[in-house]
Amino acid sequence: MSALNRKVIRDLRAIWAQALAIALVLACGGMVLVLAHSTERALSETRAAYYDRNRFADVFATATRAPQALLAEIAAIPGVAVAEGRVGFHLLLDLEGMVEPAVARVISLPLAGPPRLNVPILRAGRLPDPARPDEVALSEPFALVHGLLPGTRFVALLNGARRELQVVGHVLSPEFIYTIGPGSLMPDDRRYGLIWMGAEAAEAAAGRKGAFNEVSLRLSRGAREDAVIAALDGVLAPYGGTGAYGRDRQGSDQFLQGELDQLQAMGRILPPVFLIVSAFLVNMVIGRLVATERRQIGLLKAVGYSTAEVAGHYLRLAALIGAVGVVIGWAAGAWLGQAMTALYADFYRFPWLIYAPGPGAFVISGVLGMATALAGAWRAVRTSASLPPAVAMAPPLPPAYGAGRLDGLPRTLGAGQLALMVWRGITRFPGRAAVTVAGIAASVAVLIAAFSTYDAVRAVAAEVFGAANRQEVTLTLTDETRAAPALEAAQHLPGVLRAEGGYALQVRLSHGPRSRFVALEAHEPGDLMAHLLDSAGRPVALPPRGLVLPRGLAAALGARPGDRLRLQRLTPPYEEWDLPLSGVIRQSLGQSAHIDAETLHALLRQSPRVNRIDLRVDPARLPALHAEVKRSPVISGLTLWSDLRRQFDETLRENLLISSAIYSALGMLITLGVVYNAARIRLAERAHELATLRVLGFTRAEVGWVLLGETLALTALALPLGWAAGYGFAALMVAGFSTELISIPLVVSRQTYGFASLMVLGTALAAGVAVRRRLDRVDLVGALKQRE
Amino acid sequence: MQATGTAAPPVYRTQGLTRIYGQGDGAVQALRGIDLTLAEAEMVVLLGASGSGKSTLLNILGALDRPTSGRVFFRDRELSGASERALTAFRRDHVGFVFQFYNLIPALTARENVALVTEIAHRPMPPEEALDRVGLAHRMDHFPAQLSGGEQQRVAIARAIAKRPDVLLCDEPTGALDSQTGVKVLEALVAVNRDLGTATALITHNVGIQAIAHRVIVLADGRIVEDRRNATRIAPAQVTW
Repeated sequence: MSALNRKVIRDLRAIWAQALAIALVLACGGMVLVLAHSTERALSETRAAYYDRNRFADVFATATRAPQALLAEIAAIPGVAVAEGRVGFHLLLDLEGMVEPAVARVISLPLAGPPRLNVPILRAGRLPDPARPDEVALSEPFALVHGLLPGTRFVALLNGARRELQVVGHVLSPEFIYTIGPGSLMPDDRRYGLIWMGAEAAEAAAGRKGAFNEVSLRLSRGAREDAVIAALDGVLAPYGGTGAYGRDRQGSDQFLQGELDQLQAMGRILPPVFLIVSAFLVNMVIGRLVATERRQIGLLKAVGYSTAEVAGHYLRLAALIGAVGVVIGWAAGAWLGQAMTALYADFYRFPWLIYAPGPGAFVISGVLGMATALAGAWRAVRTSASLPPAVAMAPPLPPAYGAGRLDGLPRTLGAGQLALMVWRGITRFPGRAAVTVAGIAASVAVLIAAFSTYDAVRAVAAEVFGAANRQEVTLTLTDETRAAPALEAAQHLPGVLRAEGGYALQVRLSHGPRSRFVALEAHEPGDLMAHLLDSAGRPVALPPRGLVLPRGLAAALGARPGDRLRLQRLTPPYEEWDLPLSGVIRQSLGQSAHIDAETLHALLRQSPRVNRIDLRVDPARLPALHAEVKRSPVISGLTLWSDLRRQFDETLRENLLISSAIYSALGMLITLGVVYNAARIRLAERAHELATLRVLGFTRAEVGWVLLGETLALTALALPLGWAAGYGFAALMVAGFSTELISIPLVVSRQTYGFASLMVLGTALAAGVAVRRRLDRVDLVGALKQRE
Repeated sequence: MQATGTAAPPVYRTQGLTRIYGQGDGAVQALRGIDLTLAEAEMVVLLGASGSGKSTLLNILGALDRPTSGRVFFRDRELSGASERALTAFRRDHVGFVFQFYNLIPALTARENVALVTEIAHRPMPPEEALDRVGLAHRMDHFPAQLSGGEQQRVAIARAIAKRPDVLLCDEPTGALDSQTGVKVLEALVAVNRDLGTATALITHNVGIQAIAHRVIVLADGRIVEDRRNATRIAPAQVTW
């Protein structure tokens, strides 16, 4: 090894703690990059393979009732490779250990053999025998939660009648990687399950003998999806077709895609922060090293090393720091990526996982990491390495402690000499102070952005479970029905204090070339339970005319209040209406359009209808209500809002706890890296000065304050900047993490500002104290003898 | 000891060298027209008070600095006006430096400090041989912090001669040393000059040292005020400190 390379290694060893602090900050950036990309890749590859192997359909459609013979016509549509029809419906289950009814979606299996599309994976037992109407297969997670092993029996409520079914197998399906029951907000394996049943039994139960109401298509290569969808809509129209759609609107895939988009956003938004901070840190540390080795640089040049060779020497040092950071980032990213992928696999229902992160993310993070370290060092190295040797070997000019304009400030404020030293230390090296302040502010920002997710979730919960929905129970009806008798009947259910009807209709909403399929929800002016909220979260009255859309949906359609929107009913007779957009509201979860009930019923030319009933109930009588609901043939689902709330909290608490722990660690690492390095440099530069103070009789504590005072002052300066940056960063995250289905509000609470500030202050103090302890070890005599 | 080298061809030739630092009122004229020739294998001592221009002259000869006006020739090659790259190559190939404050790299051992130069030189001697020449064969693997001042300076000399330079430029090599160590350093320099025929220019404040040289040049206020040859030379051990 050449002598210069030995020097690189020994220099690195001499500044190992500082180098490690930088490497760790750099590693954070690489880690997040690798984590996000590898997880995203694992999920999308697993999804692709799962879809492929289990022949996940490309196009889906539902109809009221279509004859089996129609399938041949559908299969003949140009571009369709496979068409498969089936019967699907919801029913209630009366399960042991559950007072309330569970909801299940029934999916029929073909008359013979396994399905050709959306093939379920058998996880235990076997598929039902088509000849045995009581045999069913259950979705694995639901079966396991209820202990419904193959061979056990359970009770389903079919049209109000109890019917015993036998479990013969457990399956998973590419169609239900992420499943949400009707009226629910997130997956709930206890209350919502899937049942695969023989065709004849399912058709009989649904009252659709020889017919289907759901169809799935696999397209041939090169087929145009929109053309097929249009053709399919035409074929299904006479049979109550509700509009065919591609994978982009398939519930499970839509959520999965949202998650993948969020991972991409994470990989895009976070790493630059860490990379920029580490570039500044490298600049600070290498800059200091180069300054102390000025004479050595002069000598190297004197003996014949060129500017490029000298610069290369220090760049190699920076590259080594970069390499360490990159490798740590790779390792941590790969490890966390695997852990996170496993978490996802558990949350989503994948039968297996493909975790093959591939070189892409590693190469990108490696290149970015090295480039960051080199760019950081470049400025510091370039100036010094190009000094003429004679100049470099002469001692540098001492910092000009002349009379700066701000110098008198502390004295005017009555501060002592030590405070003056702190003050001048900052004002004399404004560049370094700025880097320190910016770094600390960046970590405050990262922490604020991380904690603001809690605020956002709290705001969403307050909205969904408080302001917007004041009902305690929601009943989903099997079919829409006339409002007055249904509400009258609901009032007489056990424990019901008040009942309000709700009506939702699937529509296609268009504005110019953009369109979305959404639920159009009707609201009665006197409703006390379901509310619409303005952007500040206050209930707003629905204007008597026109539509009200959530902000996100309006933005997706490019519509502003006053614009006219086209509504197309997705069920016969498929009428179209033009209605003005009369207002935008805040709706965090789900995206539905809202309309005055009277207006809607007038458009539909029908008497008021309901397909949902919201209830206020006497909690003591809930069991009786549950029992009654299980007996009712017209109710296909019951949502207990307190349950929903608990489940929402549990799911998010788990997910948020992990992510905010990671972000907190990342945020504190930045502070640690920045403060530790700044303080170490300050200590090195001022060893002489501080030793002099000790010789003059100042105590260790007093001298320590010169060092700590600067850290604290810079931290205090950084906090307000960090608050502002944190708010902006939170806004970026919200924008990146919001999907069309979930619009995350931008909320940063005072607690978040306070907590982030305290954490940073604590970390800064810890880093400062760690350096201050080195001060105790400074050799007084040695420091005073140093020729500088 | 006889004075030699008078008939040898010149290594260095300067014409009207001036060097001004700074501008305007703050300008300092360090050299005011130096005409000088230095012969092959010659050992020259440069004397003069602080600020007389000795170090500036040496730095220009060593291509560490450029003259404000005038010309410098190394053999037939003009250094004044040469590019940064050419000056670097010139230092690398032809010049050995010894400074008052040894300027060793603290992170490298004695041997590695010498290797620093031999690795980039054309026809270097092994670092071990260079260290042996200055009597440090037994301290090769020590770091600078583990060596005495005299030892560190001898490492610096070993580093300077290891590339077999054509000229050795020494700026107060004994300035920071006591007499005993100083003598050892001078002995090393004289031996190199004698054995390798390296032209040597040596700045000193110690008037006694002039007697070991072939020739003595005295500077004052940026000008050469005296240039004489020693009829006889004394050995470093005889120098009165």
